[in-house]
Amino acid sequence: MLSNTEKELIVQIWDTMIPVAEDIGSEALLRMFTTFPKTKTYFSHLDISPNSDHLRCHGKKIVQALAEGARNISTLATTLAPLSRFHAYLLRIHPTNFKLLNHCILVTLACHMGDNFTPVAHAAIDKFLSAFSAVLAEKFR
Amino acid sequence: MVQWTAEERAAIQGVFAKLDYESVGIESLTRCLVVYPWTQRYFGGFGNLYNAEAIMSNPKIAAHGIVVLQGLEKALKNMDNIKKTFTALSELHSEKLQVDPGNFQLLADCLTVVIARRMGTDFTPDIQAAWQKFISVVISALRRQYY
Repeated sequence: MLSNTEKELIVQIWDTMIPVAEDIGSEALLRMFTTFPKTKTYFSHLDISPNSDHLRCHGKKIVQALAEGARNISTLATTLAPLSRFHAYLLRIHPTNFKLLNHCILVTLACHMGDNFTPVAHAAIDKFLSAFSAVLAEKFR
Repeated sequence: MVQWTAEERAAIQGVFAKLDYESVGIESLTRCLVVYPWTQRYFGGFGNLYNAEAIMSNPKIAAHGIVVLQGLEKALKNMDNIKKTFTALSELHSEKLQVDPGNFQLLADCLTVVIARRMGTDFTPDIQAAWQKFISVVISALRRQYY
């Protein structure tokens, strides 16, 4: 349940991430691959070494999708419908992995935002990421 | 027994060396109570927890945050035998405090975020991986005495 203040805060934060989408996205992915090596099993078709083109490109897509979701929080299910189908029928990622990437996104934001990553901002983003992942996992069964 | 590489030991000790125990312990516990409000159920006698500001200025929570970090320091000093070091603490959390062990991961995640916030880009992916391995060993030791 997100309050209106939280929704505004979420939009503000993701808007600042759009210009550095490649950096933030690739760092979050790299953190996930390093801390939770089993997540690499979904990426055997890509070069996910640090700073690779594939990693940066993929990271950018993820951040842009999150920013899009942030701007459409009240209609997440409709906005994310294509991505939701993609994750359910094509990618078929084990659902526990969403939490791992979410955690690494939070760590990346904390590293880059420093003092601006207040407990209230942390709570709002965590809730947003949970809602986002729930929509992505919605069609799994 | 857990195997630690030299790099992992150095990474973990490096994180602790940079930590201001008091403020990190306090910030981690307050974040946990703000981000995951259901964890407040274990702090009924601690006074005002009605909103983020109240939690962040609550002196009992602050004192307890320091206790938590002192516990972690014990694990650091006994990295090759965390299971045994934490036997009593594990019994305390299961028998007396009756904490749902799922909550250990939540506090651990908040602690990781606080460290990331303070270390910034010095908290590299490799250091994060070593740190999270340490934390998962600690959590496993804390869960051990639960029936």
